[in-house]
Amino acid sequence: MDYLQTQNVSFSYDEDESGLVEVLKGVTLGIQKGDFVALLGHNGSGKSTLAKHFNAILLPSGGKVYVDTMDTADDSLKFEIRKRVGLILQNPDNQLVASIVEEDIAFGPENLGVPPAEIRRRVDSALKAVDMYDYREHAPHKLSGGQKQRVAIAGIIAMEPSTIVLDEPTAMLDPRGRQEVMDTIIKLNREKGITIVLITHYMDEAIAANRVVVMDKGGILMDGTPKEIFSQVEALKAHRLDVPQAAELLHRLKEAGCRGLPNGVLTEEECVAALELLLKEKA
Amino acid sequence: MIKDVTLGQYFPGKSIIHKLDPRVKVLLTLVNIIFIFIAGNFSALGLMTAFTLTAMLLSGVPFTRYIRSIRGVLFIVLFTSVLNLFYGGGTVLAKWGAVQITTGGIRNAVFIAVRIVVLILMSSILTYTTSPTQLTDALERLMKPLKIFRIKVHEIAMMMTIALRFVPTLLEETDKIMSAQKARGADLESGGLISRVKALVPVLIPLFVSSFRRAYDLAMAMECRCYNGGKGRTKMKILHITAKDIVTVLVAAAVCAGVVLLNLFVAENFLI
Repeated sequence: MDYLQTQNVSFSYDEDESGLVEVLKGVTLGIQKGDFVALLGHNGSGKSTLAKHFNAILLPSGGKVYVDTMDTADDSLKFEIRKRVGLILQNPDNQLVASIVEEDIAFGPENLGVPPAEIRRRVDSALKAVDMYDYREHAPHKLSGGQKQRVAIAGIIAMEPSTIVLDEPTAMLDPRGRQEVMDTIIKLNREKGITIVLITHYMDEAIAANRVVVMDKGGILMDGTPKEIFSQVEALKAHRLDVPQAAELLHRLKEAGCRGLPNGVLTEEECVAALELLLKEKA
Repeated sequence: MIKDVTLGQYFPGKSIIHKLDPRVKVLLTLVNIIFIFIAGNFSALGLMTAFTLTAMLLSGVPFTRYIRSIRGVLFIVLFTSVLNLFYGGGTVLAKWGAVQITTGGIRNAVFIAVRIVVLILMSSILTYTTSPTQLTDALERLMKPLKIFRIKVHEIAMMMTIALRFVPTLLEETDKIMSAQKARGADLESGGLISRVKALVPVLIPLFVSSFRRAYDLAMAMECRCYNGGKGRTKMKILHITAKDIVTVLVAAAVCAGVVLLNLFVAENFLI
């Protein structure tokens, strides 16, 4: 069994007028420890709902979710599970509890009953991990969106989880804030070995992952490396999903009859290199 | 515009008053306020005034700030002291019909004015030198004995913390909604009192809706961080009573004893 494991998970809720709404329809997905997984899908694909199953905020209506072999449906394991899997929401403002940055970060460890000296150590180390140590005595409402989201991430890190699930953490941020948050997430995955499940709309963020899972209508549509997924431009477009800009550009060039371009180009650098090669060959 | 509102009046600093234990500060402020009222003559009140002024000097907060805090209540000070002007015995200085101003009246007026001003200054020292979080923290710990009466002390403190955290956020949001409604042609600034209150309805409804959404999010975020009420909770910052606190308490006790002695032995007591 993988570190995070869903087995045939379904989830539905009662809507007054339209009856039972089925959001997840038999999702089976395993995520290994230390992995970086991007979860894609447009609105209503069930990706946010799935995210909330990983730390027992939502419980499956059918099927099972296991975290480190613990069943999320077991109420007595709830806090053990949440200690391992932290969840970051979209709006950074609504996740911060205290009116001083460092006290907000201390909130999680305080709930866990960690001794004061150890909380202090964890808070300082979490602040340094997200590069917000200099702001420890600031008021959250005076920070930028990206900074607030990093404080929210630090609040989770201070609980020393093995996994962080981020539900569209950059959706409300400006490009600069987005970059800050993405850099922080990548750093946490590479340097601290924290498992990341990143739910996002932005394809350019998904290419930072090792694995991309595309969801559609409550099920898994595609699962593979970013290269494998984003070379299937037509299939993604059929499901109203974007592809990274570089992949889009090369795809259009190919459509326009340009031959000799490689498949699976994701980043700007790769795109520039591919075009350079093509132009040299032509000359 | 609304965004500029600062919460509380905390003036960050590193003075000896700032560093006192907030619990000690809250208790001493309460006791001192009581003793300002107990002081029954100019000598005793003078002692309290001197004590307050010393604390103000030690706090390192600029005096202009303190003056600003008095300005807010200036009307009340003037109103009460002018009322007192017409009471009291002594030599009559001026007389219009039934109304007369006497030396005793002037004395009363000055006494009352000084008393209120010192009272305001005393409480300002607390709010200027203690951050809102320190204040809630101190109150949580001071109210702990109330648990016997099944009062949910931790929950009350948590609510205060969250309220303090969200006041600036909600003010910002109010500002945004007001702009949005103005952009749609809402008139929020003219008309009489009733029409103005009515005009606020389209501002308050979206504000309420979004507050509930925020509350839902916040509750989820708190659950994600293993919040389980006050049970088994620790605190990062522990409050310690230090030598500074003990010395301060002793000095304050001496001042209070002085007030009682002056009340007893100085003849010019008047009971207000």
